[in-house]
Amino acid sequence: MEIFAASDAEISAALRDRESREVEIRETFRSPRFPETATAERWQGERIRLNNVVKSFGARTVLRRLDLDVPAGQFLAVVGRSGGGKTTLMRLICGLDTATSGEVRIGEAPVTGLMPQVRLLFQDARLAPWQRVIGNVGIARGPGWREKAHAALKDVGLADRGREWPSVLSGGQKQRVALARALVSRPGVLLLDEPFGALDALTRVEMHRLTERIWKEHGFTVVLITHDVAEAVSLADRVVVLRQGEIALDVPVDLPRGGRTGAEAARLHERILAAV
Amino acid sequence: MSLSGPTEAIAFTQGAAAGTVPASRVPAVTGAQAERHDAAGAAGRSRLASTGRALGKSLAKSLAPWALPLAILAVWQAAASLGFLSSRVLPAPGDVAIAFWRTLRDGTLLSNISVSTGRALTGLAIGGGIGFALGVLNGVWKPAETALDSTLQMLRNVPHLAIIPLVILWFGIDEEAKIFLVAVGVAFPIYLNTYHGIRNVDSGLIEMARVYGLSPAALFTRIVLPGALPSVLVGLRYALGIMWLTLIVAETISSTEGIGYMTMNAREFLQTDVVVLGVLAYALLGKLADSLTRAIEQRALAWNPAYQPGGKGVA
Repeated sequence: MEIFAASDAEISAALRDRESREVEIRETFRSPRFPETATAERWQGERIRLNNVVKSFGARTVLRRLDLDVPAGQFLAVVGRSGGGKTTLMRLICGLDTATSGEVRIGEAPVTGLMPQVRLLFQDARLAPWQRVIGNVGIARGPGWREKAHAALKDVGLADRGREWPSVLSGGQKQRVALARALVSRPGVLLLDEPFGALDALTRVEMHRLTERIWKEHGFTVVLITHDVAEAVSLADRVVVLRQGEIALDVPVDLPRGGRTGAEAARLHERILAAV
Repeated sequence: MSLSGPTEAIAFTQGAAAGTVPASRVPAVTGAQAERHDAAGAAGRSRLASTGRALGKSLAKSLAPWALPLAILAVWQAAASLGFLSSRVLPAPGDVAIAFWRTLRDGTLLSNISVSTGRALTGLAIGGGIGFALGVLNGVWKPAETALDSTLQMLRNVPHLAIIPLVILWFGIDEEAKIFLVAVGVAFPIYLNTYHGIRNVDSGLIEMARVYGLSPAALFTRIVLPGALPSVLVGLRYALGIMWLTLIVAETISSTEGIGYMTMNAREFLQTDVVVLGVLAYALLGKLADSLTRAIEQRALAWNPAYQPGGKGVA
């Protein structure tokens, strides 16, 4: 009897685990051709401009006289070591911090506070555990939020998980929910702050494909912060290396998308690594 | 084991008057019978028999925790019936049951319980409301915390039962005095846990909410309050314990109705059975309040894996 009494809860937990694992595996193998939505809606990407931006915390200067112009719709990767100013740059763009001097503009508007047209994907998914998945995606509510949130969930391939609690999702699924949450408001700029760093290799590849597909479909501007050079080369239109608060390298990636593995990609990889 | 025969028999006969003891014993007997039955079962029915045995075992297992309380009750009853235990010291369980039936029929038990419960809940509503409001205020607004928190921490260390003489001077011995004491007692645990709950809400989530454009009101209702809720409910559970304790003391000092009055009145007439009944009523009310909070936790914290059925819970 002891076996039965003990296993009741465990069996259901194990079943749940296995189920979500299986779903994930199935989705991974399906991912090369994520269901492309026929009527993918494009919206306007925003240009990002940094003009002579300095940011210091007390005596420590994190960004020194930074100039950067990101055209609307570009996929930019910012690579650098920890403490190189990547995260600070990102916080300036979305308005969580303000520059000590210089100017940041999104489109034509100078960044003075939090920008509604800029959305940010954090390193951790930051889902509110007491909101169902759908409630997390539509966290800002507003008219018709449920339909919009559902559409965004569908976009990331989680249409049927809206009623779940975040705690039952895997790490990759949580990041996809976070991505859906960022997409709901149709941002002109999407900032990705190493959102794939904590994922396992398979899930990371899947997230790369998903992000790339969604970016192509909707046409917003992406700034991807990462310390993974391979990730930057495989996803970005352009790679910027940030070293000690200055731009050490700024190169375009003129390679065909989908399997950038040739000699040219390897050379680019080397070049970026040397600059980091 | 030689003792168990006679005591069980006595418990059984006395229990018939109480009406509660035999009812809880019946399944145990059937469980034992089922097992004996299985042992004699024919080979063709072996599967049925093993199912029956498993059932009997599970029944025996679920009843096992009750064995000791029942044994104590039986020994107690025996000691009282055989004259080892004076009814002036401790009444027999059967007498308590009879007192229960008597006071239930003449309505005094229920009316006293409802008066006491009313006092407790009024005090909880007032004190808990104030504690919660202060906790929220100090949790979300730094100037309020600076101004109020250290004062509240000092007041918290005053044992609220120590101010009973003052309370009697202020309010006399009327209802206000009891409600005031309960309110003071429950306010602090709820204040502390609300305050800390709000302070400990994940700052990453708050930053996320700001980036995603939540208004301050939405930030409070969708992020801060749900995040603090587990802690607030812990505070509520503490407060409920203090609530009953305070009420018992306050009612014992002076009152003209309520469970405390019932027991103190019974003491005058050496009715130890009614006194024990009053104690049991307090215990039951306390347990009831705790179960209610647990039920609220299960519902309100359903998102938390610790509170989901089958989860590795602490509750």
